[in-house]
Amino acid sequence: MRTAFIKTLTTMARKDIRIYLLTGDLGFSVIENFRKEFPDRFFNVGIAEQTMIGVAAGLALSGKTVFTYSIASFITMRCFEQIRNDLCYHNLKVRIIGVGSGFSYSTSGITHHSLSDIAIMRSLPNMTIIVPGDPVEVERAMEKSDDIEGPIYFRLGKTGEPKLHSSISEFTIGKGLVMKEGDDIALITCGSMLEVTKSVAEVLEKKGLSVKVISMHTVKPIDENLILNTASKIKYLFTIEEHNIIGGLGSAVAEILSEAPSREKMVFKRIGVEDKFCIVAGNRNYIRDLFDISKEKIVSHILSIVGLDKTKVTKCSITSSKV
Amino acid sequence: MNIESLKRNAKEMRIEIARMLEKTHGSHIGSDYSVLDILNVLYFKILKIDPERPFLADRDRLILSKGHASLALYTILAKRGFFSKETLNSYLQNGSPLVGHVDSRNVPGVEVSTGSLGHGLAIGIGMALANEEDKNKGRVFVILGDGECNEGSIWESVILASRLKLDNLIVIVDANKLQCLDATEEIIGDAELINLWKATGFGIKEINGHDYRELLESFQNLPINEGRPSVIYTNTVKGKGVSFMENMLEWHYKSPNKEQLRVIEEELK
Repeated sequence: MRTAFIKTLTTMARKDIRIYLLTGDLGFSVIENFRKEFPDRFFNVGIAEQTMIGVAAGLALSGKTVFTYSIASFITMRCFEQIRNDLCYHNLKVRIIGVGSGFSYSTSGITHHSLSDIAIMRSLPNMTIIVPGDPVEVERAMEKSDDIEGPIYFRLGKTGEPKLHSSISEFTIGKGLVMKEGDDIALITCGSMLEVTKSVAEVLEKKGLSVKVISMHTVKPIDENLILNTASKIKYLFTIEEHNIIGGLGSAVAEILSEAPSREKMVFKRIGVEDKFCIVAGNRNYIRDLFDISKEKIVSHILSIVGLDKTKVTKCSITSSKV
Repeated sequence: MNIESLKRNAKEMRIEIARMLEKTHGSHIGSDYSVLDILNVLYFKILKIDPERPFLADRDRLILSKGHASLALYTILAKRGFFSKETLNSYLQNGSPLVGHVDSRNVPGVEVSTGSLGHGLAIGIGMALANEEDKNKGRVFVILGDGECNEGSIWESVILASRLKLDNLIVIVDANKLQCLDATEEIIGDAELINLWKATGFGIKEINGHDYRELLESFQNLPINEGRPSVIYTNTVKGKGVSFMENMLEWHYKSPNKEQLRVIEEELK
């Protein structure tokens, strides 16, 4: 995703001289070519996130489009007040690029885990939040972002994420992408959990369930129509995210569903990181499993809910032994 | 405007500020008064600005990073013709764009909203960089409080501005020696703030922030050093101009009552 980001940004910067890139001393083996090609529009501000966002605000107040780059946990929390007062209040064209979101840096400890960023960014007026599910979504979202005058938080992964779309015919910021239609269960996800969610869907399909998969790449503003439309047709809805269960995609969807007219008929469950810190090391899959968001844990979680419904059990021939 | 009329102007504005705060029970009169002479000289003698065209690309820009001294700035902007006296009189009233900390969203002449300390210098760097890139001659003035220099973000930005050698950036420290709860020297201990500034890559000059000759002379000779950002360290008096307010911490918060307003009007006649 980092590579897709910098490649797209470089193409954009060739066409638009207003584009600047600031980094908080991060981006080794990512930003070098941009720096070489646009030395006057690149600044390593130093390990100083508050100053980076302030400088971006000053540049944007002078008509520039500014991309700021750092690790997701640092760039959303260390300088939160600058984001709120300087960027959001003045509605400035600054893009916050947070890389290594969720448990990307699983072995690094909680300082580098980013599991509250969507929640805190969602609470800011004027902020758009984009959580691309693969490198293709990164590219398309970046290209479309120029139309948005206010600040955007791009929550990215690290590197090496697989392409999950061959191409996207129509990409609109604020409109979720239906990856696959289905009738029994809808899985709504964002970011690097898209890959996991797709494989969860495959397992469930093998068990006879028809599964709809939505990549909700824009968490704010959220695609209310798609959520309500899906909820009107499908009984079981799940959100899947690598973020605290409080305040992220699941909460955003829950807010829509809890005010939906037909809510008594649906079953909705947020799947994400329970409200706890991680206190051990481990690779990403290990940590995801520990926090019940690995493919296997999600499948059994979903089946335990769907399986409790007798009609569904009969229809889909799920037995408790399979759960 | 000569020095005598500038001083007359300052007295009138101090009275206007006191009347407004008596009416609204607003705070920060001590800070308004410590920074007022600096703003007075800048807005009436130094800044290249046009109230008719507040967004000219090559204008000088001023950021009042110590945004709590909003009424000093609003009063000057109204006097300079950026908005009406009627708008100024709406300060803190229901629905007014003039809120208690400097706001730019609906206030012509204000470059950026401030109020939480430690934000303005970084924003000023961004503007100075853009001016450099766009070959605009406009300079960027950033006014910081000495208490504001407790904030770590200021020193992050000082390092960056020094490194970038932005000689179109001018910092003015309004060193009125008093913060919210204590004197600045009690907070920063043995560190002398001016010595911290001397250790940076800024060209530095120390002056009396209420002496019009020194203010004019300093502002007319910028940058202090070619190829470096400047800092003018102005020694000021919190509550300057009113006997019972000068150097009194309580006037960070209090607003004058009717009797005190009468004394202020008398002293500043």
